[in-house]
Amino acid sequence: MLLAISTLKKVNTMPTEVKTETLLSVENLKKYFPVKRGAFRRLLYVRAVDDVTFQVPKESVFAVVGESGSGKTTLGRTVLRLIEPTSGKIIYKNEDFTKISLKSLRIFRRKMQIISQDPYNSLHPRKLVKDIIGEGLKIHFHMSSNEILDTVKETLERVGLREEHMFRYPHEFSGGQRQRIATARAIVLKPEFLVLDEPTSALDVSVQAIILKMFKDLKSSLSLTYLFITHDLAVVDYMSDYVAVMYLGQIMEMGTKEDVFNNTAHPYTILLMNSIPVPDPRHKNKKMIPKGEIPSSINPPSGCRFHTRCPYAKEVCKKEEPKFVKISKGHFVKCHFPIIE
Amino acid sequence: MRGDLLDVRELKVVFYTYRGIIKALNGVELWMNHEERLGLIGETGCGKSVTSLSIMGLIEQPGEIISGDVYFEGKSMQKMSMEELHDMRGKKISMIFQEPVSALNPVMRIGFQVAESISRAKDIKIKEAYPEVLKMLELVGLDSKRTASLYPHELSGGMAQRAMIAMALSSNPKLLIADEPTSALDVTIQAQIMELLDELVREMGNAVILITHDMGVAAEFCDKIAVMYAGNVVERASTVDIFEEPLHPYTKGLLKAVPKIGQSKELVGITGTVPDLVNPPTGCRFHPRCPYAMNKCSQKMPPLIEAKPGHHVACYLYTQEGEHNAN
Repeated sequence: MLLAISTLKKVNTMPTEVKTETLLSVENLKKYFPVKRGAFRRLLYVRAVDDVTFQVPKESVFAVVGESGSGKTTLGRTVLRLIEPTSGKIIYKNEDFTKISLKSLRIFRRKMQIISQDPYNSLHPRKLVKDIIGEGLKIHFHMSSNEILDTVKETLERVGLREEHMFRYPHEFSGGQRQRIATARAIVLKPEFLVLDEPTSALDVSVQAIILKMFKDLKSSLSLTYLFITHDLAVVDYMSDYVAVMYLGQIMEMGTKEDVFNNTAHPYTILLMNSIPVPDPRHKNKKMIPKGEIPSSINPPSGCRFHTRCPYAKEVCKKEEPKFVKISKGHFVKCHFPIIE
Repeated sequence: MRGDLLDVRELKVVFYTYRGIIKALNGVELWMNHEERLGLIGETGCGKSVTSLSIMGLIEQPGEIISGDVYFEGKSMQKMSMEELHDMRGKKISMIFQEPVSALNPVMRIGFQVAESISRAKDIKIKEAYPEVLKMLELVGLDSKRTASLYPHELSGGMAQRAMIAMALSSNPKLLIADEPTSALDVTIQAQIMELLDELVREMGNAVILITHDMGVAAEFCDKIAVMYAGNVVERASTVDIFEEPLHPYTKGLLKAVPKIGQSKELVGITGTVPDLVNPPTGCRFHPRCPYAMNKCSQKMPPLIEAKPGHHVACYLYTQEGEHNAN
């Protein structure tokens, strides 16, 4: 296994740009899952995250966007070491997070929390809301039960719930309210960094708008940094400062929101944006969309992973993997023929 | 008559459950003409899918149509015999679903399943239908020979939805009901499927009811839109009118909540939650969440009236008796 990985390893030009203070820095991160396939149960690897490098500036919203199978959820979980990375570095506040022993991880876990996609499965069904939110307080701050109750009450109000909700079970709440509970559970520990893994994709739009607004408000009042994982580019536009577009385990384009949306350089990003239905009936133009389907990440296409669906693909794209290069300050793209105006 | 293809009048559907009686549809009014594309939009639990099942005549125990009727090409479906209903489904009305892979029979090859629907639509033997199968599969952009010999689990979501479309359109139905056909798919695949559907329906001239919660998909595909809330159609108008001059407070709220690329406006959600349909609010079911609610809103359900030519809305703001007139 080690051999297989080391031969795949390729030195990449690393985007090392120090703008504002960097909270989280991820370098050449890889996560391969072993799977057994075929009649001979051959050992293969799902390359869920394959050599990803990025930096999250402090108190910013860094969005990771991609289709299903792009590895965005695995990336979010690996960054928190909920899944152990195969290789690569995760540097949190100048400390190599990958080298910390499991015991001392606990201190970091308080500062780094996750809110997951499905508010129906992420809350313990047989625990009261006060216990769901208060459990972390007991573990991390060794608070007495009275102190816990007071803190839980305060936190519930922060996320727009009321005191009486403390003594109820998760099934008594709607999807939006459950996502508020999950948020309360995360922020009660006074974290610095939150991974939001598609936090609104299970919710209706009218509720989504309210929950997104809540995340925005909490970010400014608690000075949080978000790694915001989503498949919805419109939500990215609303929420984020920086964007990384992922495809088959790799970042295809990365930069500030303005760079990625207005000076789009990667064909995939352009086609992804074209695919989004526009809620405006007067906007009717024949648009170019990617052909074909997303290939398997067990056996990704050679060269540039997008070449099978790319309308601009040339011979070199099939053979040679493009480097992740800087095209302007803070704007990176992984393409042989980036579109630069 | 309001619509020459379909006219749903004051349809009330309930479901008897252990929790009580769910009043799923509360007098739905819906109509459409031949070759029209109607978008049925609304949030989870508003009755979009129950409406489509009623049109197909598929409301079964523990559900029941307690009043109202569905007229298809002028004929009352309540009065149709089982044979007539059976004949209508598949031949005149077809349906495609949200989860294409689970809507297909897992133990039958795709070719057989398409052949089955062709044989039913054209009253021919299944074996005779095979040449047609390859034609249909090609029409929806699949590698026909290969796909015909595959089982549903061997297809991706996008391919399975293409196969479903092939089955549904093989009878060239008058009406195609597409129930969230792309909600389970990625955006790039969604764009492919919607483009395919658009082309095929334009060529074949089918009317379509597109059920969706995605305002973008509805805006791009539909001519008319009906907005549903908690078991009622609360507004119906042309797509342009719905997006540019929405009348119902719920529609207005929904549009303000949709994020759009390149729009820097803050999103505004709708406060409160969708009502429990076992104990729905009295009168207008939206009144507890409505910023313009008046006294009478909680007393009686407002009727769906034509507020402007071709623009129907169920709200007291636009009736003569309304205390205030908006705008």
